[in-house]
Amino acid sequence: MDKIFRVDMSALNCSVEPVPSAWAALGGRALTSAIVAEEVPPACHALGANNKLVFAPGMLSGTTAVNSGRLSAGAKSPLTGTIKESNAGGTAAQVLARLGVKALIIEGIPKGDGWYGLVVNKMGVRIVEEKELIGKGNFAVIEALEKRLGKTGVLTIGPAGEMKMLAANISVRDADGKLRSHGRGGLGAVMGSKRIKYIALDGADAPAVPLADPAKFTAAARTFAKAIMNHPGTGQGLPTYGTAEMVNIVNAAGGLPTRNFMHGRYEHNEKISGETLRETIIERGGNPSHGCQSGCIIKCSQVFLDKKGKYVTSGLEYETIEILGANAMIGDLDVIAEADHLMDDIGIDSIETAVAIGVAMEGGVLPFGDGQGVLRLLREDLRAGTPLGRTIGSGAGNVGKLYGVTRVPVVKNQAIPAYDPRAIKGIGITYATSTMGADHTAGYAVATNLMGVGGGIVDPLKKDGQVELSRHLQIATVMLDSVGLCLFIGFPSADDPTCVPAVVDMLNARFGLELTPEWFGGLGVTTLKAERAFNLAAGFTNEHDRLPEFFREPLAPNGAVWDFTGEEIDQFWNF
Amino acid sequence: MIEVTVNLLATFRTDRFKDELQQVCEGTTVGSLVSALGILEKEVGMALVNGRHAPMAHPLSHGDVLHLAPWIAGG
Ligand code: SF4
Repeated sequence: MDKIFRVDMSALNCSVEPVPSAWAALGGRALTSAIVAEEVPPACHALGANNKLVFAPGMLSGTTAVNSGRLSAGAKSPLTGTIKESNAGGTAAQVLARLGVKALIIEGIPKGDGWYGLVVNKMGVRIVEEKELIGKGNFAVIEALEKRLGKTGVLTIGPAGEMKMLAANISVRDADGKLRSHGRGGLGAVMGSKRIKYIALDGADAPAVPLADPAKFTAAARTFAKAIMNHPGTGQGLPTYGTAEMVNIVNAAGGLPTRNFMHGRYEHNEKISGETLRETIIERGGNPSHGCQSGCIIKCSQVFLDKKGKYVTSGLEYETIEILGANAMIGDLDVIAEADHLMDDIGIDSIETAVAIGVAMEGGVLPFGDGQGVLRLLREDLRAGTPLGRTIGSGAGNVGKLYGVTRVPVVKNQAIPAYDPRAIKGIGITYATSTMGADHTAGYAVATNLMGVGGGIVDPLKKDGQVELSRHLQIATVMLDSVGLCLFIGFPSADDPTCVPAVVDMLNARFGLELTPEWFGGLGVTTLKAERAFNLAAGFTNEHDRLPEFFREPLAPNGAVWDFTGEEIDQFWNF
Repeated sequence: MIEVTVNLLATFRTDRFKDELQQVCEGTTVGSLVSALGILEKEVGMALVNGRHAPMAHPLSHGDVLHLAPWIAGG
């Protein structure tokens, strides 16, 4: 039976509780948000004793369903002040699910300056003191824990999380001992505030996840995998180019943030494109198509080697490439890959940090295009926590304030990622209204705006249909985030009528339930509303669902402007 | 004859080209150029003329820049 594992860091004790019936049919984001909404006072300080850090594997995590091993992390975000759910791949969700952990709730703050690690195994959770790994980067933590405990699942924070930087992330060990991240919203700082350096997840002797109807599960899992492989987005595009496939597409559409969101096209787009990334990786003997967890059949990740054939990084995402490459105008995959590795090791969100660097460049801290300067900033300032490093590590919004910059791409103080909302308006509605602050993954309208995924193109340059599109996608995304599926499953879900019923069949076969596809819609609505209610209670209003003023200026080459009124945006919440 | 710049993205480049200035007859549409390239219309995920979505029947003008991408869905 699944259990709730609760760790009280104030008293330094742990307990195992039965799952309350209200949470029984939940997992992933639906569960972390339900727990945070119920147990965290919305007005609390996000780095204080009243905030809680919650981890929940997806509902299908740990099963043989492909691409189902996402882990959700939730808390009140110190970056945005909103509720936060940030999910990541890697191996942790699968181990937690096999250990029967429905959710791991960490509350309180210990007295004193000591640091701790948590070891989770089938007996429960153990709190252990930690000295040796304090100050160490994430890769050193993974290596040391492998020596101590063997190949366990690991959640870890780097120096950024220890210093409670607002952009600090929580890293997850992947299938090859490298990293994936709960990137957004500063959850690494929340873990740091609780003085937990790492959580080791020991799945040794843990049984397989139980299935109520194994035969039905296997049949549905097969249909599901087929739907993924048959869709051109998940069957061909992502496995070939990774998410960097979007560089040339978004550039062509005039929505590629360039020079701190000044232009919509970058003249050196080919230097950082998915096509070039693939060629470079193959030429150097790396792996252009790598899965971050067992059971991944999409393989959007890759292994990037340097010119001498030495490993640099994996999981090099469009966002990181675009924001450093075009928005900070570095235009050099080798520098970007090195920066990605450094950010992973320091444990800082590569989106927030990269956007913050673009704002810092506009503020005159370093010139646009200064790749070596960025590497120095990461190595010497971010890692050591110098005043400049802490400034950058506190996110794009704060950098803008400190350096008097007016072009600061944030919503609810979270950095806008690599799609300019003027030229791709559907994603702009998602940035504005998401309960998480600006987050492209909350309702990825780009695929419908540019490629017509889900039944035809909704013109990215027009306002028509964007609010409805974003609403539909944000509700549907809760399903993916709660079942533990990669965001990309949204593509076959939208285009292949066999996909969502197969997911429902798998859930029913796993838990012995009789859910219908409509149940998902309800789950999405309930979860979004609970998240929104948390934010309202924390002091947010409709006026926070707005994009920064500078998006009213026209964006070359299309001359697109952000022309939604507040009233039009507020229609989003009419459901 | 008119001149249009054709940019191919992702797998459309394989055995073709990245970008090319092409001379085409007046009245050439996006769709006829697509088939002249040996691409099936249903393989096209995104066709942009001068950065804006254009239907297959859209007639091309001198100086147009065309981007063609297969069905890839995003990141
Ligand atoms: S598709 Fe990408 S994010 Fe999802 S499991 Fe595979 S490698 Fe990880």
